[in-house]
Amino acid sequence: MAGEISRRRLIGTLTGLGTGALAAGLVPISFPEAEAAETSAKPRQWAMVIDLRKCDGCKKCTEACQETHQLPKSFEWIKVFEVKDRQGQSYFMPRPCFQCENAPCLRVCPVAATFRATDGVVLVDQNKCIGCRMCMAACPYGARYFNYTEPPASSHPFQHATPEFPVPQQKGTVGKCMFCVHRTEDGQLPACVEACGMLALWIGDLVEDVATNGQETVRLSQFLKENDAFRYKEELNTGPRVYYIAGHGQHIET
Amino acid sequence: MDRRTHDNFVERAVWPIGRGGIRYWIAVVVFAALVLAGVYAWFYQVQRGLGVTGLNQKVSWGFYIVNCVFFIGISYGGAMTSAILRLTNAKWRAPLTRLAEATAVVALLVGAVYPLVDLGRPDRFLTIFQYAQVGSPVVWDIVAISTYLVASLVFLYLPLVPDLAVARETLGPRMPRIAKPIDRFVTLGWRGTPEQERALKRGVGIMAVLIIPLAVSVHSVLAWLFAVTVRGQWHSTIFAPLFVLGAMLSGVAAVILVVAGFRKAYGLGEFITAKHFRYLSYLLLALGAAYVYFMVSEYLTEGYVMEASSGPVLEALFTGVYAPAFWSFSIGGLLLPLVLVALPGRFPIGRACVASILVIAGMWLKRFLIVVPGMAEPIMPWDWGQYQPTWVEVTITIGSAAAIPLMLMIFFRFFPIMSVHEFEEVEGTPEPRGMVLLTTSGAGDD
Repeated sequence: MAGEISRRRLIGTLTGLGTGALAAGLVPISFPEAEAAETSAKPRQWAMVIDLRKCDGCKKCTEACQETHQLPKSFEWIKVFEVKDRQGQSYFMPRPCFQCENAPCLRVCPVAATFRATDGVVLVDQNKCIGCRMCMAACPYGARYFNYTEPPASSHPFQHATPEFPVPQQKGTVGKCMFCVHRTEDGQLPACVEACGMLALWIGDLVEDVATNGQETVRLSQFLKENDAFRYKEELNTGPRVYYIAGHGQHIET
Repeated sequence: MDRRTHDNFVERAVWPIGRGGIRYWIAVVVFAALVLAGVYAWFYQVQRGLGVTGLNQKVSWGFYIVNCVFFIGISYGGAMTSAILRLTNAKWRAPLTRLAEATAVVALLVGAVYPLVDLGRPDRFLTIFQYAQVGSPVVWDIVAISTYLVASLVFLYLPLVPDLAVARETLGPRMPRIAKPIDRFVTLGWRGTPEQERALKRGVGIMAVLIIPLAVSVHSVLAWLFAVTVRGQWHSTIFAPLFVLGAMLSGVAAVILVVAGFRKAYGLGEFITAKHFRYLSYLLLALGAAYVYFMVSEYLTEGYVMEASSGPVLEALFTGVYAPAFWSFSIGGLLLPLVLVALPGRFPIGRACVASILVIAGMWLKRFLIVVPGMAEPIMPWDWGQYQPTWVEVTITIGSAAAIPLMLMIFFRFFPIMSVHEFEEVEGTPEPRGMVLLTTSGAGDD
């Protein structure tokens, strides 16, 4: 941990890093004009890091997600699996949408309701989705959820659902985790990252090469390398934007 | 060929037109009631959403996708049977082609409804054409199915043209009133001139050739719906040929049942004989044997390695929760019917029918065993999905199955059940007698 703090201090001198850190009040919430221009020229590429050493399976992330997106309890856009490893021990593994760079769900959509935003996040336009559920068959991670029934009424009566903030969900269409782009755009942490008391969830930007869990900010590439981060089912070549850090001698079932 | 046989054939072929005894109406009412129940269930589902089905977040494809593949498969067999018999110029085909082609169309109409039934937003169905993504297997499906639907309609329609003229001449005033304008519209001024004969022969020939690659494409594309995903059991190179073969197998079985049913009900026994059932049984046997081979090839190569992605599904099929269904299909739905039709001996018709029923039930089960375990398989490797269909899915399934005999019965109330023109083509036209009944065939016709 000491290493991380010093690293944080090191890159803390860089400007405009860690929107999460901004939200956490470490730095004033406003970009200088030049920064904003640079950001729009080169969009962020969101990525997530999930530290399995820290996750205690409390499912606060799932609850926060459901509250933010007004989802019923059966919709676990970030789902916490309890995994039994081969040594008979178990660990917890949260699974958001992996926002694959080579997304199988995106390819199979007949009407292009699923698309990739410039920041690399795979979004669903529920005004376009026809509900064929081909994407659910295609997703190797079960990250997609179909609205079989009418979703709960929105608590924002004037809210107009957009792909970036699909609240309320539309019956008969598919929804999934979208890294809370409605929040990150405003410099806030995704709901799950913010809610994680164990600080196991990190949101990062591959372009600026930073990540934050709300308390600490690290250089993303170095953080991944030093902790032997891996991507789930790497062999499928889907290119997930979510990295896991294993620990405690866990055998990772892939 | 003698005059009497010919006249008998014509009489039997047009006999059901405009007729229907009490048994006909009872059958129509029963089938129609089942169809209506299915339609009601569908409306119920449209109003409330797919939540009324047993589908869930893990198993998001179920009965509807199974039925789509199943009924389109049945259709495929009908079209192939007719096309193959035409192309190989099998002389015995004459009384069967119409039944086979009609089965192809009605089964396809039923199968083609299922993608719509399965949609979460059926109201947006047409936007597929607006936003069509060529990379999506769903779009491939829509294109392939609609092309094939048009082709199979033409394939049914073309040989019907001269027959409608026959029906008109033979029936005269007995022609149902409603059929007359339809008849005038669809026969397109057919008079049976040598030129028209040539054009028709060419048209039917072209369609018989075209329908085969089209039907192959439809079922390959349906297979790719599954095979292009990364799910262990589905992501298989053998899927397209396996689906094509399975479709032919179930389709030939369906043709046998349809032929047997109408033979008995409409008294076609003089022309559709045990010989026809034996030949169709051989076709069934050959296709079934090929299917067994494909299946062994699939399961042996996958089961030998037991990869992490497909291993759990194979275990579930062979020894797990799906084992009863899997072995019922393998033994009762595949091996047993093959033995039934392979053995020489008595009751060829009865054996062919029993074998066909088993094959059809088995192939439905096989599609279920492809779709549902493939979906329920733990892709995050620690939880299996569950699927319990509700009354909505069951009612729609039964209703759609009942629509096939219903549509056939209605169809044959307006159109000849056997192809007279074809019969004349393969058997020759009898010398005209004093009273000329028919003026449909050209002088130089063979």
